[in-house]
Amino acid sequence: MVPFYAFIFLPFIFAIIVPFLYKYLNRQIHTGWFVLLVPLSIFIYLLLYIPSVAAGETYRYTLPWIPTLEINLTSYLDGLSLLFGLLISGVGALVILYSIFYMSKEREALHNFYVYLLMFMGAMLGVVFSDHLLVFYGFWELTSVSSFLLISYWYERRSSRQGALKAMLITVFGGFGMLAGFIMLILMADTYSIRELIANLDVIQNHELFLPAMLCVLVGAFTKSAQFPFSIWLPDAMEAPTPVSSYLHSATMVKAGIYLVARMTPIFGGSSVWFWLVAGVGLITLLYGSLTAIRQTDLKALLAYSTISQLGLIMCLLGVGSLAVYFGPGESGTVFTVATFAALFHLFNHSTFKGSLFMVVGIIDHETGRRDIRFLGGLMQVMPITFTIALISGLSMAGLPPFNGFLSKEMFFGAVNEVSQAGIFGLGSIGVGFPIIAWVASIFTFVYCMIFIFKTFGGRFRPEKLTREVHEAPLGMLISPLVLGALVILIFFFPNVLGKLILTPALTAVLPMMDVTPYDLKISAWHGLNLELLMTFSVIIFGLLLFKTAKRWIVALRGFPQGLMLSHWFNRGIEGTEKLSGSLTNRYMTGSLRHYLIYIFSFFVLLLLSSLLGLYGLHFDFSQDAPIGFFEAGLVIAMIIAAITVLMAGNRIIAIVALGAMGYMISMFFVIFRAPDLALTQMVVETVTTVLFLLCFYHLPKLKKNIERISFKLTNVIISLAMGLTVSLLALSANGHKLFEPITAFFENAYELAGAKNIVNAILVDFRGFDTLLEISVLTIAGLGVYLLVHQRVKRRESNETE
Amino acid sequence: METLIVILVGILVSIGTYLILSKQLLRIVLGASIVSHAVNLLIITSGGLKKGSAPLLGEREVGFADALPQALILTAIVINFAVTALVLVLCYRAYQHFRTDDMEQLRGHENE
Repeated sequence: MVPFYAFIFLPFIFAIIVPFLYKYLNRQIHTGWFVLLVPLSIFIYLLLYIPSVAAGETYRYTLPWIPTLEINLTSYLDGLSLLFGLLISGVGALVILYSIFYMSKEREALHNFYVYLLMFMGAMLGVVFSDHLLVFYGFWELTSVSSFLLISYWYERRSSRQGALKAMLITVFGGFGMLAGFIMLILMADTYSIRELIANLDVIQNHELFLPAMLCVLVGAFTKSAQFPFSIWLPDAMEAPTPVSSYLHSATMVKAGIYLVARMTPIFGGSSVWFWLVAGVGLITLLYGSLTAIRQTDLKALLAYSTISQLGLIMCLLGVGSLAVYFGPGESGTVFTVATFAALFHLFNHSTFKGSLFMVVGIIDHETGRRDIRFLGGLMQVMPITFTIALISGLSMAGLPPFNGFLSKEMFFGAVNEVSQAGIFGLGSIGVGFPIIAWVASIFTFVYCMIFIFKTFGGRFRPEKLTREVHEAPLGMLISPLVLGALVILIFFFPNVLGKLILTPALTAVLPMMDVTPYDLKISAWHGLNLELLMTFSVIIFGLLLFKTAKRWIVALRGFPQGLMLSHWFNRGIEGTEKLSGSLTNRYMTGSLRHYLIYIFSFFVLLLLSSLLGLYGLHFDFSQDAPIGFFEAGLVIAMIIAAITVLMAGNRIIAIVALGAMGYMISMFFVIFRAPDLALTQMVVETVTTVLFLLCFYHLPKLKKNIERISFKLTNVIISLAMGLTVSLLALSANGHKLFEPITAFFENAYELAGAKNIVNAILVDFRGFDTLLEISVLTIAGLGVYLLVHQRVKRRESNETE
Repeated sequence: METLIVILVGILVSIGTYLILSKQLLRIVLGASIVSHAVNLLIITSGGLKKGSAPLLGEREVGFADALPQALILTAIVINFAVTALVLVLCYRAYQHFRTDDMEQLRGHENE
C-alpha cells in the first residue's frame, strides 16, 4: 500500500522541489531531465502490475484522510485504471522528454511549466485510481485547474487567457453537473464507493433519481471529453505550448470523460437513454469534428478538431458497447462487448498516433516558425524523419494498414454495422444511420489526414514564406514521436499482446458481467472480404477523390458564416453577461456612502421587523420593570434634549458640547445602574473624545445648514424613525422573553475562580482575557493609524517645502 | 425603568441614524457617537436594571447587578473610542486632501 501511494503522489511531492531545482540547477541541466524521472518511475512501477492484473486480480488500497466524514483515499486498481495509468505516465514521460527540447532553458519559466504539468499528472492519476466519488470529483476539478494554468502558460497573450478561461468555464461547469450526479448516486445507494455502487445496481436502477443522475454525470463526461456541443473549448485550448496540447488535450485529460463513461457503464449501461446519448452524441461529434477539421488552416486547430472527432468515435463505441449490458452474456452480448473492446483499443491507438502528430506539429512550428498550411509545403525534403513520422501517424489516423488505426477503425465499422441490426431501443428504422454517418465521417477523416500530410510535407518548398532557416529537428525532439510512431506499427503487427495484457482486463472492468473468451477478443487485420473492408476501400476512393478536388469545395467550407458557429455565440454570451452584470452592479454600487447605509438600514429594518411580526415575537412584559425615580426621569429628558441639540446645532462647538454632555449623562446612568467601572471609564473616554473632537473640528469646515431637498430629508426621517422603532420593539420584546437563566451566576464566583473581587474586572482580564488582548490590539492598530495619518501630512508638507 | 430606557434608546438611534444619513462628514461622526451611546444603554438594559448592588465582591454577599453586560460595555466603550479617534483623523485628512467634507463629492469614481 505504501509504495502505491508513494508513486501516485510522487508528482505532487516532486512538484514541491521543482522550483528549487530550477533555481539552482537549471543553468547546468534543463529542469525537465529531473521531472522526467517522475512519470518514468511511475510507468515502470505500473508495468509491474500488468501480469497480475492480466490474470484477473484487482487491488484495493485505503488511506484514511477524513475518516469522520467517511472520506478516504480509497484506490482501486483494475484493468481500466491500469490502462489509463499507463497512458498517463507513459505519454507523460514522452511528452516531458519532448518538452526538454521544445521549451527553451533560457527563455521559458520552466518551474511554472513543470509544476503545473506535475500537478496535472498527479490529479489525473488521482482521477483514474480513485474509488471514492468525492475524491474522484476533487481530482477531476484539479485537472481542470491545471489545464487552465497550462493553457494560460503564455499569459501575456490575450488569446491564451481567453482560451484558458473558456476551457475552465466549460469543464468546471460540467464538473458541477457531475458532482450533482454523484451526490444523487450517493443518496441512492448510500455509499461513496464506485465498487459498492456497482454492487447495489438494483437499488439504483429502480430509483427515481436514476435518470437525473445519469444526465448529470454525462454532462461532466461530455464537457471534459469535448463532445458536441461542449467541444468549443478544445480548439481554443491549443494556445497552450504544444507538449501540453499533446499530453492534456489529446492523450489524457480529454479522455477523462471517456474514462468516466466507461466506469459508469456497469451502472447506467443497458438503458436506452444512456445508449442514445452516448452513442448519438459520439456519432454527431465524430461527424462535426471531422467536417470542421477540414476547413482549418492552422495545423494545431486541425488536430484539435480531429481530436474532437476521434473522441466522438470512442464515445460512440462505448455507447454501442453499453448494449452488451442490455443483452447480457450470450451471442448478441458478445458482439457489443467487442465494441467496448474496440473503444478501449482505439483509445490507446489514438493516444499513440495523435500524440506523435501533435509533436510533429510542434516540430514544424519550432523549426519553421509557422503552422499554417497556407505557408507550408514541401517540408518532405528538409525534414525527412519528421515526414516519416507524420506519414505513419497520419495514415494510421486515416485508418489505413499497416497501422494500428486500421484495426480499430475496422472494429468501429463492425460495431456500427451490428447496431443497425440490433433492432432495439427504436433502432429498427433509423439504426442504418449509424453506419452511414460513420462512413461519411471516415471519408472526412481521410481527407483531413491527407491535408495534414501532403499540404505540409508535399508540394513545393517555399522557404521565402517561412521566418526561419528550416532544417531537421534535433534528435532529442524526434525521440518521443519516433517511439509513438514505432508503437503505431508494432501494434498493427502484434495487436493481441496489447489486447491480452492490457485491454482485456480493462474490458472486464467496464463490463464485469460479460464472460468473454479470448477468441472473441482476438484482433486480426484480415477478416476476409466483408462489409467493413468494403467500407474502408470506398472511404479511400471517395477520400482521394475529395482530396484531389479539395481546392474547389474547401473554399466554400471556409466561408462558413460566423453566425452559425457555436464558439461565436459562446463568446458573445460571455461578453453579454459581463456587460449585464457590470451595468447591474453599477446601478446599485453607486459609490455613495449614503446609498450603502440606506441599504444596510433598510435590510436591518425589513429583516428584523418582518421576522418579529411574522414569527409572533412581539411580546411585552412590563411587570419586571424597576421603578422610575425622579432623578432618572430628569436624566432621560436631559439626554433627549442634548441629542436634539446635536441634531439641530448650527454651530460645531454647540454640537460637541452637547455630545460631551450626553457622554457624561451616560456615565451618570452607569452610576445609577450600579456600574462603577463603566462610569469611570466613560468619564475618562468622554473627556478625551471631546478634546479630540475639538482638536479636529478646529481644522474642519463649519457645520452647514441643511439645505437638502425635502425628498432627501424625508427619506432620512423615515429610515431613521423606522430604525428607532425597530430597535425599541426589539429591545422590548427581548425584555418580554426571558427564555434562559442569566449565566452571570458563574462569574459571581470570581473570587474562587480568578482571585478577584471585582467581577467585571475578572471577566475582562481573566475569563475573557483573550478578548481583552485583542481589544488592546485594536486600540494599538487604531493608534498607529492615527499616528501615521497625522505624521504623513507633516512629511508631505516638509517635502513640499523642499521642492 | 427598562421601558423608559428602551424608548430613550429608540429616540437616540433615530437621531443618530438621521445624522449618519446626512451628507456632511462631521454629522456622520456625531451620529455614530450617538448611536454607540444608545447601544451601550441598550446592552446594560438587557441585563435588567437596579437588580442589586455594584458587582464588587466583599461589599455584600448576594444580589449583584448583572456583571456580564458591564464587561461587554467596557470593551465597547474602549473600541468605540478607538474607532472615533481614527474616523476623526480620517475626516481631517480627507478634508485636507480633497478640500470638501461633502460625501456626495467624496464618492468614488467608476473603474477605481
